[in-house]
Amino acid sequence: MRFLARRLAYSVALAIGVSFLSFLFLQLAPGNFFDEMRLNPQISTQTVNQFYKQYGMDRPIFTRYLCWLRSAAKGDWGISFAYNSPVAPLILARSRNTLLLTGTATMLSWMVVLPIGVISAATRRRRPWFDHAASLTTTILLVIPDLLLALGVLWLAVRTHWVPVGGMLSQGSEGTAWGQFKDLTVHLIAPVLVLVIGSCPILFRHVRAAMLEVLDAPYIRAVQAHGISTSRILFRHALPAAAAPLVSLFGLSLGSLLSVSLLVEVVMNWPGLGPLLLESILARDVYVVIGAVMSAAIFLIGGLLVSDLLLFAVDPRIRTEGMA
Amino acid sequence: MHSSSEFAVEARELRKTYTQGKLWQRKLHCCALDGVNLALRPGTTLGIVGESGSGKTTLAMCLVGLTVPDAGAILVRGVNLQSLKRAERIGAQGEIQLIFQDSAGALNPRMSAIEIVEEPLLIRGQHTQRERRDLAGGMMEKVGLSAGWGHRRPNELSGGQRQRLAIARSLVLKPRVLILDEVFAGLDLSIQGQIANLLLDLQQVHQLSYICISHDLNFAAQFADTIAVMSQGRIVEQESAGSLSAKVQQRSRAISIRTPEEGSALAAHSS
Repeated sequence: MRFLARRLAYSVALAIGVSFLSFLFLQLAPGNFFDEMRLNPQISTQTVNQFYKQYGMDRPIFTRYLCWLRSAAKGDWGISFAYNSPVAPLILARSRNTLLLTGTATMLSWMVVLPIGVISAATRRRRPWFDHAASLTTTILLVIPDLLLALGVLWLAVRTHWVPVGGMLSQGSEGTAWGQFKDLTVHLIAPVLVLVIGSCPILFRHVRAAMLEVLDAPYIRAVQAHGISTSRILFRHALPAAAAPLVSLFGLSLGSLLSVSLLVEVVMNWPGLGPLLLESILARDVYVVIGAVMSAAIFLIGGLLVSDLLLFAVDPRIRTEGMA
Repeated sequence: MHSSSEFAVEARELRKTYTQGKLWQRKLHCCALDGVNLALRPGTTLGIVGESGSGKTTLAMCLVGLTVPDAGAILVRGVNLQSLKRAERIGAQGEIQLIFQDSAGALNPRMSAIEIVEEPLLIRGQHTQRERRDLAGGMMEKVGLSAGWGHRRPNELSGGQRQRLAIARSLVLKPRVLILDEVFAGLDLSIQGQIANLLLDLQQVHQLSYICISHDLNFAAQFADTIAVMSQGRIVEQESAGSLSAKVQQRSRAISIRTPEEGSALAAHSS
């Protein structure tokens, strides 16, 4: 419990630090939403000045930060200039879509990578061709930029019509729940494919490296000398030992759920946080940008917290230190 | 195994060549063992000395089954291991146990001391859980570790205690031959002495045979009955410890292991 309390306090402090810094940097950036408005000849300067005051932009930066904190505590996360509504509902609706996409992709990536990485490391001496093939494939995938990958999948989908692209549901899809689920699933295929292909090479390398390090450890050689079977080595000795770095990596995967797909969402026109963030940056709608950054940061901090707790659960050495 | 032999373990014409280089690279062949013959009587100690890369560890790995030799035979109490089925071979290989140099690395850091000692029995599916625990606790006490320390993890033990734990793990299968791969390296002199005494006591009680791999010729000469000198994958010299120690004064040029005393003797001889 002390470990949990300490980590929670650390996470809250980190979230406040991130919020202050992101607020500071965005406010210090030149130009704002109202400067853009002033360029519009249809809106009088007086009206713009009135809006400027109404939204508290004339106050000192620290006062604005405190107002934003109060608003965040109320659950509004500030007001969007462009939508003239609280930021939180906007972010929440888009975050759900993003989480659906990235959650599916992360789950699939780990399901693909874990067995391949483990088999690749465990059989590298007996069946080196598998390790060579997996390493070569991931190296090729690693050098392809995400943008090119997304454009490639988009081009393929448009050319072949195998899967729909753009949006989450087809227009006029108002059938049964099962029909909507099927429609959503086929819309997920293209962006999920890009995210899985993009993340697999890095995850594979981490899983393989973690397994190789453990499998070469002297204590594994020591139990091999007792005639232990390969599956027993993997499940009783190697996987629990390799779990620590992988759990940390899994925490990072969870933490980056809201931020990893921004580019893919924009290219594939997925109605997630990515297009909203891009639109808000271009319009200098600062509170939406801060809201999006904070949601991503909170997810990252939460992911790290989850990985710490999982590490605490799986590694007896950390448990011993944590209790001390 | 029902066969009997005057030797606890024998190696006949063992050969092992390692090949390095990936698919697209030029292959490099390194001959680690080049026709090694050795025989060890029950209750005796054979010291193996030689410079790094002379094939000592590969020989140890072949004897415990961690490396498969390219050619040659390993006989345990007269039975050729290659003639046995896998399960029988694993059983017979249990009679030869290896204790690694790096005791900290050779013990699973995630397991408690008692689990580490129990593990070989568990792997072989021997005894009930309670019997295994009792045997492991008994073995820990036999090597001078309190059974109350069973819950401790390797990082909570000192270097000497970890080495004792590694010895307990090897002995729990009741082997006839222990291979000690630089087990005294990294330990201070008093701990070296304690571990050496423990091993000598255990040898007397259990009629164990030791193969002691070391860089330190002086130490090996004190600990072993016979010394085999390895160089480039071969045993180039094998004699009783006493006579080899005497000979080494004159012939150490042929061997790359030198002690300060040997060096000064050589210098005096050449001047």
